[in-house]
Amino acid sequence: MGYTAVKGGQDAILAAERLIERILVAPDEAAIEVRQVLSQLGAAVERVLSEGGLYAPVLAALAFKQTEGDSSEAAFLLRAYRSTLPRLANAEPVSGDEMLVVRRISSSFKDIPGGQLLGRTRDYTQRLLDFRLLEGDPRLERRPAGAVPPGPIGQRLPKVSATMRSLGWMAPLTPKSTEPFDLTREPLQFPVSRSAWLQALARGESGAMVCLAYSAQRGFGGDGGHGTIGELRVGDLPLRVVHPLIGEPVTVGWFRATEVEMFGRTTAPTAPSSDQSPVQYGMSYGLVFGQNERKAIAMAMLDSSLQSGDGTGPAADPEMVLYHTDGIESTGFVEHLKLPHFVTFGSGLQLALERKTADPSLAGGRS
Amino acid sequence: MDLRTLASLGSGTGYNFGFLDELSKKAVRRALLKAIAIPGYQVPFGSRELPIARGWGTGGLQITLSLVGQGDVVKVIDQGADESVNAVNLRRLIERTSPGVGLTTFTREATIIQTRHRIPETPLQAHQILVFQVPLPEPLRVVEPREEETRRMHAEADYSRMWVALYEDLVRHGRITRAAGYPVLVNGRHVMSPSPIPRWDVPRLHQAEFLSLFGAGREKRVYAVPPWTDVEPLAFTDHPFTVERFDEPCARCGSRTSYLTVIPDERSTRVVCSDTEYCDEHLALQEASR
Repeated sequence: MGYTAVKGGQDAILAAERLIERILVAPDEAAIEVRQVLSQLGAAVERVLSEGGLYAPVLAALAFKQTEGDSSEAAFLLRAYRSTLPRLANAEPVSGDEMLVVRRISSSFKDIPGGQLLGRTRDYTQRLLDFRLLEGDPRLERRPAGAVPPGPIGQRLPKVSATMRSLGWMAPLTPKSTEPFDLTREPLQFPVSRSAWLQALARGESGAMVCLAYSAQRGFGGDGGHGTIGELRVGDLPLRVVHPLIGEPVTVGWFRATEVEMFGRTTAPTAPSSDQSPVQYGMSYGLVFGQNERKAIAMAMLDSSLQSGDGTGPAADPEMVLYHTDGIESTGFVEHLKLPHFVTFGSGLQLALERKTADPSLAGGRS
Repeated sequence: MDLRTLASLGSGTGYNFGFLDELSKKAVRRALLKAIAIPGYQVPFGSRELPIARGWGTGGLQITLSLVGQGDVVKVIDQGADESVNAVNLRRLIERTSPGVGLTTFTREATIIQTRHRIPETPLQAHQILVFQVPLPEPLRVVEPREEETRRMHAEADYSRMWVALYEDLVRHGRITRAAGYPVLVNGRHVMSPSPIPRWDVPRLHQAEFLSLFGAGREKRVYAVPPWTDVEPLAFTDHPFTVERFDEPCARCGSRTSYLTVIPDERSTRVVCSDTEYCDEHLALQEASR
């Protein structure tokens, strides 16, 4: 039966749906609960909500469970759900130095004001399979019964970039009053503003971003993305909206984020008279939902190569980077090749056959 | 939000009519009005993600969901077939999210027809809207990969590279080898991709009685051909545009006037109508007259 058989389509879809709604398990096997995904598969949840572009940990955990751990598909579920939500208010801008930090490192300096805080990381562990986890999990630490999950537990720490600025090694921050681009309401149009590309990268697909950043690092175009991590911090940022009645910003929640500030692209000071410093460092930036460090670093590297504006190589080409790092779009279009194409294929075939009849030396057509 | 509240959303009642929120649907309609005002021009729009994958009809679907209302009757086809799995799936989504909207497979009954890669054989009327799903809206992409540059080319009506590409094709192959998605000039101004419809369908857009809307969700563009608009395939006067030619009639209904699709058997091939509804109707007429 072809998959466009006149009566077959509906039946086939319903049969496929019945199959996907069944998961074969052992007689005594327990179902994975959404709260287990949330607390025990945090990295997966944070990747999904970051690429989905919706900070909803419970829904991200649900999506991960529903898709049997297919993180692309889970991010897609979340992104689609996002389309059903009306925009009620815009959050107030929040600065990275308001983050309640649980981990922060700087690769640029041995010691930094406030200190390095290694925090929860797998960076310096030995990557060995832990066979103890085949049975049970000694890592689980149980909260006392009835205790609610703690709120933000981090601490505020000064930013390394603030130190760079006070030393005159980096241009002062110039607050912008222009409204940022809104990727969820407007399509990208080239040339794009920096706020647009930062938004696109913030919800980009981690693997695609790492790939392009890596290509720049290996010298395949771009500016080499050769900055140094001035600071990578992980922690919670406040979500503030202006209260509709009192007109004052109020904190309505917190969200986990990873922020990367990369120092690079040394430039001569633009106004030497105002500054005695011999150099000024440029900065590139990455900010993503959740603890997604490799994505945040890749984002800062791509921000760097896009800022360079020389357009040489894939990582420095805005259309290349921004059109091809959205996982929802790339996976969708690649997989759409599974759809029937017999009309277009047939049209090409017909042309090829006609040409072959006319001149047997010609074969093959374009469809 | 606690888990129980979230679970209650799963009943399917937690969604707005037409899935998208009203402001988003309004934004799509505004883009469509602009598209109709400038025939063949690709209007950028804030394409939303749908519960259907990018590249599977999200552009057409956003148009349909933004336009559909009580009293509308929707038909969805894929490659001409109502029962193609993707058409069925899109129709189910419309059904699930737009309660009260009629669904049909009969071309004549429909007020909105969403299609992938075909125009129904039954001639459409002035009150019907044809919504095309478009994978790659930019006809100039074959000669220029960069969006910024192709938008400049459209703005200045600079289609020289397109003409050169067609000419080179002609010189190299003795004919233009573009099969489906043949580029057209709309209203004497914009070069447009008619979406990957076969060449057979291209002349049927010219001075058509009905409104054609084109949606490219992943590429975030909509465009339109209003009724009674010139749609001319790009061709040379001494090498005119031709459509697919079929030597045999439909093996099922005997039609000699519809677009046919090849079905390979063990040793031979047979051809049948790609428009399944037309084929059914034609077959019923044949049987009735017997």
